Amino acid sequence: MKSRKVIISTFIAIVIALTGVNAAFAGEMTPSGFSFSSGGAPVWFVFLASLAMIVFAVALRSKVSALRESYRKRNSHTNRMLLEEHMRNLDSGQIDKLLTLKKRDRPGSSHKVASVLLFLLSLAASGPAAAQALTKADGSSLLSEGGVIITIALLSIPILAALVLLWVKISNAVNRQKNKLRMEEAEQLAEYLRSRPAEEVEAILAQRKKALDYSLNNRELSGNAPAEDSKGLVNIIPDYGLPIVAVKKKALPRPNIDPALSRLVLWYLGCATFWLLFGTTIGEYLGIKFVAPDADHLSWLSFGRLRPVHTNAVFWGWASLGMLGLGHYIVPRVSNVPLAKIKWGWYSLYLINAAVVIGTIFLMAGINNGGGEYREYVWPVMLLFGIALALSLTNFLKTIAARKTKEIYISNWYMVSAIIFTIVISLVAYIPYWQKGLGETVVQGYYMHQGVGMWFMLFTLGIVYYFLPQQLNKPIYSYSLGILAFWAQILFYTLIGSHHFVFSAIPWWLQTVAIVGSMGMVVPVVAGTTNFLMTFKGAWYKVRDSYTLPFFLVGIIFYCTGSLQGTAEAFRFTNLVWHFTDFTVAHSHLTMYGIVSFFLWACIYAVVPRLTGKEAPQVTIGTHFWLALIGLLFYSIPLMYGGTLKGLHWLSGKPFIEGVTLMAPYWLWRAIGGSLMWVSHLFFAYNMYKMIKRDYVVDVKEEAIDRLEKKSLNKQGLIVEEV
Amino acid sequence: MELFDNHKKLFGTAALMFIGLTMLVAVGPAISNQNNNAPLPGAKPLSPEAEKGKAIFVANGCVACHTQQVRNIDMDKMWGTRPSMAADYAGITRTDFWRNTATLMGTERTGPDLTDVGNRQPSLDWNLVHLYNPRIVVKESIMPAYPWLFTIKKEPGKHDVVVNVPESYMRGKEGKLVATDDALYLVAYLQSMKQTELPSGAVVPEFLYKPEPKVAAAGAEGAALADGKALYTANCQACHQADGMGLPGAFPPLKGSPVVTGDDLELYVDIIMNGYDARQEYGVMAPIGTNMGFTEHEVAAIINHERSSWGNEAAPVTPEEIKKVMEFVKLKMAP
Repeated sequence: MKSRKVIISTFIAIVIALTGVNAAFAGEMTPSGFSFSSGGAPVWFVFLASLAMIVFAVALRSKVSALRESYRKRNSHTNRMLLEEHMRNLDSGQIDKLLTLKKRDRPGSSHKVASVLLFLLSLAASGPAAAQALTKADGSSLLSEGGVIITIALLSIPILAALVLLWVKISNAVNRQKNKLRMEEAEQLAEYLRSRPAEEVEAILAQRKKALDYSLNNRELSGNAPAEDSKGLVNIIPDYGLPIVAVKKKALPRPNIDPALSRLVLWYLGCATFWLLFGTTIGEYLGIKFVAPDADHLSWLSFGRLRPVHTNAVFWGWASLGMLGLGHYIVPRVSNVPLAKIKWGWYSLYLINAAVVIGTIFLMAGINNGGGEYREYVWPVMLLFGIALALSLTNFLKTIAARKTKEIYISNWYMVSAIIFTIVISLVAYIPYWQKGLGETVVQGYYMHQGVGMWFMLFTLGIVYYFLPQQLNKPIYSYSLGILAFWAQILFYTLIGSHHFVFSAIPWWLQTVAIVGSMGMVVPVVAGTTNFLMTFKGAWYKVRDSYTLPFFLVGIIFYCTGSLQGTAEAFRFTNLVWHFTDFTVAHSHLTMYGIVSFFLWACIYAVVPRLTGKEAPQVTIGTHFWLALIGLLFYSIPLMYGGTLKGLHWLSGKPFIEGVTLMAPYWLWRAIGGSLMWVSHLFFAYNMYKMIKRDYVVDVKEEAIDRLEKKSLNKQGLIVEEV
Repeated sequence: MELFDNHKKLFGTAALMFIGLTMLVAVGPAISNQNNNAPLPGAKPLSPEAEKGKAIFVANGCVACHTQQVRNIDMDKMWGTRPSMAADYAGITRTDFWRNTATLMGTERTGPDLTDVGNRQPSLDWNLVHLYNPRIVVKESIMPAYPWLFTIKKEPGKHDVVVNVPESYMRGKEGKLVATDDALYLVAYLQSMKQTELPSGAVVPEFLYKPEPKVAAAGAEGAALADGKALYTANCQACHQADGMGLPGAFPPLKGSPVVTGDDLELYVDIIMNGYDARQEYGVMAPIGTNMGFTEHEVAAIINHERSSWGNEAAPVTPEEIKKVMEFVKLKMAP
């Protein structure tokens, strides 16, 4: 009890010190005076400091009253009763000793006055310190200054240390005093025991000892024969080791997958992992450039050239390859036939990899298509990607045409349509006949949003419609909702591209159509989210036992919030504040990362163990999950907050450069969040390695049986030879 | 349902629906926009140098941070005198066989909009210094430096454009910093970016979402209370710097400047409104005031800010005084 109180008060002291230091850093970092904690921090500091004081005082009071209580007991008339109670509560060992003991006498004395004096003195000493801490922290306008906050934080460290020390000292003093009291009580007890007639005492004690020594022999309910597990229910693995994380369910191996297909899927996912690492390393470096613009002076690494390298690598390299890899697994599975042409799958893989490699080199060398976002690869490079899509489409369609099921499972609706639409989108974006002047801008708006919504989102939803029910081991909640979401997505999503150019020179009616379409997107998003969440109904407990379901859950949450955020961003008023600011960057990461990447990871962790029979360590999967999630939040929330401030700054007509300095701390947070995300990808890559790696571990039992078999074979062989 | 169980019908329907909507919201409007818009009569095509400069602008991905669109909302007023319109982009065609049209409207404004940067910042010297390393002239800038557009020569030739940058930015190299052709092309492109004036009689499109007019009391005086410091930051600071010290060898200091603290208001206002090129050791100053359409209130606010900052202690001026001087200066420029 006492030690817990000491721990609590120490903890509070640490929290207060940390808050102070944090506030100080925040104050230092923001030249413009905006920060998460500006203004609020000093108030919190004072509040927490007073709270600590109160806790301290209350704890002290309870200690003192406990001491006073024991004094009171000692002096009361119930003394004799107490001694008898003590005698009755002796344990068996003590009774033994007592019974064999000869009685002896010893005098006692008391020092209670001195110890109370000591206590009062120390209490008096703590008074000024406490008062000082309080006056220091008390409100004045200076408190919002960085320097003052640092000073207060520094001052409070020794004061808090002194308080902790004081607490320990008082506890010791109180303990000593209590022990002294107990000693006196013991003396009295000894005296009392001596004073009673010996036979009487012995009789009581002997009876008590017999009662105390009684115990069960643990075999009252069972026989004496050893246990036998005749049905093989108990399976104890002896050297499991110390569990660090909760043990989750293992993936079930799927023995009937064509090894050739499995190899293809693994190569897709492996390449995707590589492009994720590459693309986000570039992204991480770009984030650093916001904080340190002079990090390098090489033309190939300058910001404007690297930015499209990052976006295109994660789009076409990571997400597209990941999606197509999973698609190659799902389409034959739900059609109940082998994949039509495995070779074409390989061609697609080669072509997409080639497109990303060549495109990256071109972009870094300064060869690009003219500045439309995500359309930076020149057409010959994008053509490679287009051919790959056409190959995959034909391959999937052939497989579906040969299907053994009557229905076309909803996953195939989403995935195949996504490929068809993306081919259409790319043609619209790269055919030059309607791209003169403002035509280019109209197409750009269409392209950049269809690319995101009809390729990544649609395809990923298709994957989720397969893997989420599989991982939950129950059917999707409502097939009809999936169909509704499908058609609604086509109807509304196609319209919304121009919302990237609200208030620009493109026709006003087109902007309005885009805004209305963005509002319509609520329908498919709510339908999809409801469908996924309702599939979880009655199976929520499975989230605890699975390492893939948390990824799904995060993806679903961001699917809802991220997409609806997109709707909110499309309105004319929100465009005033958020358009052109970092808010857009935060939004695109919440969606492309929060939705698409989390879903992809969920599905990859679900499928790869089924292909290889190997699972990644749970610890590193958990680390990947948490780093990615926390990193994403650290990345996007400051950017949204800072972006809003920047937009308001612009609205109020302040000089542009003030918006740049204002963003400095938020860009720093973005770099920190980005680093966490990047580290999480290292863990993901490691997990992929662990899942795919071909290693040979001797299975002792298998090996032993093998040897026995060999021996018996040899014997037979020998016999045969002899014959 | 038959439709749902027949893959040809299902995917055919989805594809048709998507293609139809695509025609409606993308291809159709794109074609109508490219056919029904033409450049303004006053629009000047890019010079060959500026054309090459634009290619460098595109190659380096400048559009990642710089927009080229003045939206029709009040907050974009600082980037141009009128909202951008379809005609402004109508003259832009496909770059070449390999590359698409580059309207470069952009979707992020991490750096300033460039639609009218040719008027706002026409100085060759400033642009070159800024490209070599933006932080020489704008300390808070996070724009990348482009040192590979410059070379260092021991003895620059007659036609070389020498750029004066502080010693600490030369990274210990001896000699003079010389702008390459690429740097000059890029600046030519930046200088060429000017909003075309609408033909006389044309209705100028309005800026929307104007802020509510201030309360009546401030109404009349409102304009007089123009924020000199903010105007200075937005229009003057890039060259003359926040501490009024300018940059040696490039832009003159305003601290202790006889023009700023003296009594010759005519010269002072003339420089602000019409630019200045009287001193060999410094770069040319652009006609900022005329380009930005400063009112007498704004000019007075800037002058008063400069006359009372960095230790300058000169008597304040009134907008009425400035109005007279401005009319006089305008008359002087007219013939």
